[in-house]
Order: sequence, then C-alpha cells, then structure tokens
Amino acid sequence: MIELRGVDRVFQVGDQAVHALRAVDLVIGRGEYVSLMGPSGSGKSTLLHVLGLLDRATRGAYLLDGQDVTALDDVEQARTRRLRIGFVFQAFHLVPRLTTAQNVALPLVLAEVPPAERRERTTAQLKAFGLLDRGHHLPDQLSGGQRQRAAIARATVTRPDLLLADEPTGNLDRTTGHEVVRILEQLHDGGITLIVVTHDQELGARAHRRLRMDDGCLVGDVGQGLGPERGEEPS
Amino acid sequence: MRLVDRVGFCVQSLRSQPTRTLLIALAMAIGTAGVVVLTWLGEAARHYVVGQFDALGTNLVIVLPGRSETTGSAPPLLGETSRDLTLDDALAVKRSPAVRRLAPVVVGGAVVAFGNRSRETTVLGSTAELLPVRRLTLGMGRFLPEDNAAGGAVCVLGATVARELFGAQHPIGEFVSVGDRRYRVSGILASGGMSLGTDLDEMVVLPVVAAQALFDSPGLFRIIIEATSKDAVPLAVADVQRILSERHEGEYDVTVITQDALSSTFDGILRALTLAVAGIAAISLVVAGILVMNVMVVAVTQRRAEIGLLMALGAEAVTVRRLFLGEALLLSVGGGCAGLLLGEATSRVLPHFAPVLRPGVPWWAAAAAVSVAVGCGLVFGTAPAARAARLDPVTALARR
Repeated sequence: MIELRGVDRVFQVGDQAVHALRAVDLVIGRGEYVSLMGPSGSGKSTLLHVLGLLDRATRGAYLLDGQDVTALDDVEQARTRRLRIGFVFQAFHLVPRLTTAQNVALPLVLAEVPPAERRERTTAQLKAFGLLDRGHHLPDQLSGGQRQRAAIARATVTRPDLLLADEPTGNLDRTTGHEVVRILEQLHDGGITLIVVTHDQELGARAHRRLRMDDGCLVGDVGQGLGPERGEEPS
Repeated sequence: MRLVDRVGFCVQSLRSQPTRTLLIALAMAIGTAGVVVLTWLGEAARHYVVGQFDALGTNLVIVLPGRSETTGSAPPLLGETSRDLTLDDALAVKRSPAVRRLAPVVVGGAVVAFGNRSRETTVLGSTAELLPVRRLTLGMGRFLPEDNAAGGAVCVLGATVARELFGAQHPIGEFVSVGDRRYRVSGILASGGMSLGTDLDEMVVLPVVAAQALFDSPGLFRIIIEATSKDAVPLAVADVQRILSERHEGEYDVTVITQDALSSTFDGILRALTLAVAGIAAISLVVAGILVMNVMVVAVTQRRAEIGLLMALGAEAVTVRRLFLGEALLLSVGGGCAGLLLGEATSRVLPHFAPVLRPGVPWWAAAAAVSVAVGCGLVFGTAPAARAARLDPVTALARR
C-alpha cells in the first residue's frame, strides 16, 4: 500500500542543512499495524508527516497504492488526506469552540457530505466510541480519554484506510492510554492500516511490525508482514 | 466546504469571541453611520438651498445696478454704481419678446404706523407683477393695482406686520402711514415664511413710484424678470444686456444673474461639500478596516493549531483562506449594516427636531457606505487570510 523509495527530507535551518530523513526505503502493506520508535529528533514524526502528506519529501518517491503522490498538487494532496488518511495527535487538537459532535463531523463538512448523511454518520461514530451522551459538550468539558476518543472518532469518520497516530497516549495516564490503544487496535482489526509513532516501549511492542529510526535512517524493522513475527534486519 | 457550512463555521468562530466581535463590528458601524449621516445632512442642506431658489420663482433673471469688474465678493454684494437703474429701463426691457413678466424692486426702511401702533419695517416698492414673479400669495384683499405707473396710494402688508398693527381688527380699507404719507391697505400677503433670508411677512409693499418718492431716489434696487420659458432665459439675458447698454450710452454697467446659474452654483458647491465630508467620514471606515485586519492577524496567530488541524483533515489552502476572509467579511458586513440602520434611524429621528432637514438617506449614499464597508473587509481581510492559508501544517500543529 505504501512504498517509499529513497526519501530524503532536508530542512534548512539558518545556513545549515538538517537531514531529518535520509534515503528512507519502506514498504508497508495494507492492514499492517506498525509502530515507529526512536529517540527524539530521529525523524519519526517527519516520516509520519511525509506519509500523511502534511510534508513533502525533498527527494525520492512516495507511492500510495502505486500512485506517486509526491507528484500531486496541493489540492489533490488535500483531497487524498481528506478521503484516505486519518490523523491522531498527542495534543488531540479538538477545536475548542466546537462541540464533540461538531468536531467529529468536521472531516465530513470539509468533504462536503450532505447534512443528513453527515448527522447519521456522526451519531453512529459517537455511539461506536461511547461518546453519544457527550455529543453536545465542548472539548474542555471532556476527560483526556474522552478527548482522544473524540479525536480518533474524527480521524476515522471518513473511513480512511490509513490511520496515523503521533504519540496518541502521550498526554494520557496509563489506564486511559491503554483504553485508547485498545480502540486503535480494534480499528486495525477492522482492516485499517495503523501506524503509531511512540516513545512508549510497551505500546511500541504491541505492534505487529516495529520500525526503529535513528538520525533520519531506518535502523530496525522487526516483524514485517501480518503473520507471526519473523525477525528481519534491514540491509 | 459548502458555503452554508463555511458561514456557519465563521459565525461560530465570531460568537466564541463575543466582546471582540462586538467591538470591531461597533467600530465598523460607527464608521458606516458616520458616512451615511454626513452624506444625508449634506444632501438635506443641498435640497434646502435649491428649494429656496426654486421658491423664488422659475426662469428668473435678476438685474442689479452696477457691475463688478473684479472677483472676490459674492454677486449680490456689488459696489457702488455710477448710473442708476431706472423704472424706464425696466419698461424698456419689458418689450423684449423673451420676457414674460417683470417686477422692478425698490427697497428701503420706514416706520409704518396705524393708530398709536407703529413699527420699523422693510418697505418694498414694486408693481402688480411682483406677485406672480415671486410666487407670492395673498391672504386677503387685492395686491397692487395693475396700473402701477400711476401708483395709487395703496399698500400691501406682510402677515406679521398686519397682525401687529391691527391685531384682531380687519385691516382692508384702513389707512396706515408709511413714513410721512398715508396709504390705504388693499391686501395682506399670506404667511409665506422665509425666502432666501428675507422674511416677507415682515414687509410692506408699496407701488414702485410711491416707494421711489418715499425714499426720494429714482434708482431701482433690482429688476426681477421672468423669462417666457427656461430656453428663453439666455435670450432674455442677451436682450437685457443689449437694451440696457443702449440706454446707458453703450456702457454695460449692470449685473445680470440668472436664478439657474445661481442655483446650480450652490447645487454644485454643496454637492462637492457633501462628497468631501463623506470622504472624511470614510477615513473612519478605513480605520475600522484596519481594526478588522488587526483582529484577523491575531486570530490567525492564535488559531495556528486549528489551521494545521483543518489542513490535516484535508482542507485545501483555498478553504482556509475563505474561512478567514469570510470572518473578516462577516464582521464588516454586520458592522456596515448595523451602521446603515443607525444612520437611517438618525435621518428619520432628527428631522422631527429640525424640520428643514429632509428625512431619508439617499439610496446611493447607503449603497456606497455599505460597499465601502464590504470593500474594507475584503481588502483588509485578504492579507491575514492569505497568511493563514500559507501556514505549514506541520509547524502549525507543533505549536500549542
């Protein structure tokens, strides 16, 4: 589903070039559950942003279902994000003035889904995430776990096939963190391709395939494929 | 994103900051109301002045003795003349085919008395034709006799003068003394109010010959001529110049003013003044526009995370731009409409206290004020909206 070929991402900081990604080659199949770990500044978030089309590779190619998405213009990239990719952030990023239901419905609004269908899908989504009685509450009236549930509900309301989570449990305590992870894993069981960036060893270890990054390079790739784990060192 | 959803999104965003929204809209409203009210006042003043000219009569040509060769003073304030304008001049001019009617006018002050009451008034000497030429109406009795040259010993009183001298008594047929002569009252002018600063109610009208005798002067104050039609006005002017030059030994020593020229001059001056004042008021609209811009710049900075999120959720740059431009527009349009209502209300309420003002804002002023408000929103909303649309989603999301 995802194929990166020699992807570089270079940031220009002052007169210095910082290589956030160095010649990353990566293939991720449909329905995989991948964790992406590594020290701070290793480039894992940048990789996630490139995968989510929030950032563009400086060099190299990114093929999504065989289509070179790096060649797409901004409008088409936005469309791809809207319809195929869901994001979950550490900081939840719920719009504070919108109710839970409105936050969840936001991607549908952007995708110009008709209001009736929008309401139906939002209600179903709230129900599925146990937030039905919270639909009219503002984000600051929700607990941390509820907020992240709302954010995941929002990320998946358009039924994307790729879900990208950046430290999804980073702002949560242990118990609610586990709860959120279970929800993400249920979504993966439902067929979604799940990529989680995390510092949390325990969370990272739950993924079927575990990538490690350091200094912009992929340095570990364990348990490739959906089947039982099989160790495999990258070349 | 659908239009209705965009509007809803903008409204919700504005409502989440009610104080800020109201203050900015208020600034916009005051600016708009300023433009509307000042334009209305200017227009009302223009209508008042033009109306005053029209009240004088139509197609009028006014001849004054003397001719000013220099500019610097307004036409009615001309200096001394070497040669009088006489009644014979007036009679000569009357022979022009372009002249329908004509009234020579002599003006002076005298004491008018009846019994033991007396008062100082303005005395106007003229002919029977003054009535139609100046569009005066009689309250009772008759005006001066047609055979004015003979100049019977009659007079016509202004409404105020008549009331003050006679009280409840019937004045027609009574004798009043003007100066040292006695005149029979033949008529009373209807109360006509002011006309170009002259209170006709405060006057006494005598036959022109009688007035000339009273003031012991053969010179006329002016000749008021009514041309046969609007098109005949230039012809009448030419005839007046020709006839009077002939009569004054080839010297053109009178000043001829057409009511049209006077009225259109004032019309033009007041129109220009109105536009100038409205333009000055529009500066406050621009200031309000800058406030809108300021607020939008702050909003873009404060809502970076939200903008990043919208982009991550698949909003195109153009959607983000429209959302922020929409907010600026809503602020301007809302404020502009509120200001228009405020201005319209002012223009309806004020005339109750100052009846000379014509109520109702001219439609073009209302349209201009609102379009300037909307234009301000567009112009000053564009830069912040473009800035929002240019944000890099990754950095926008990274900052909390």
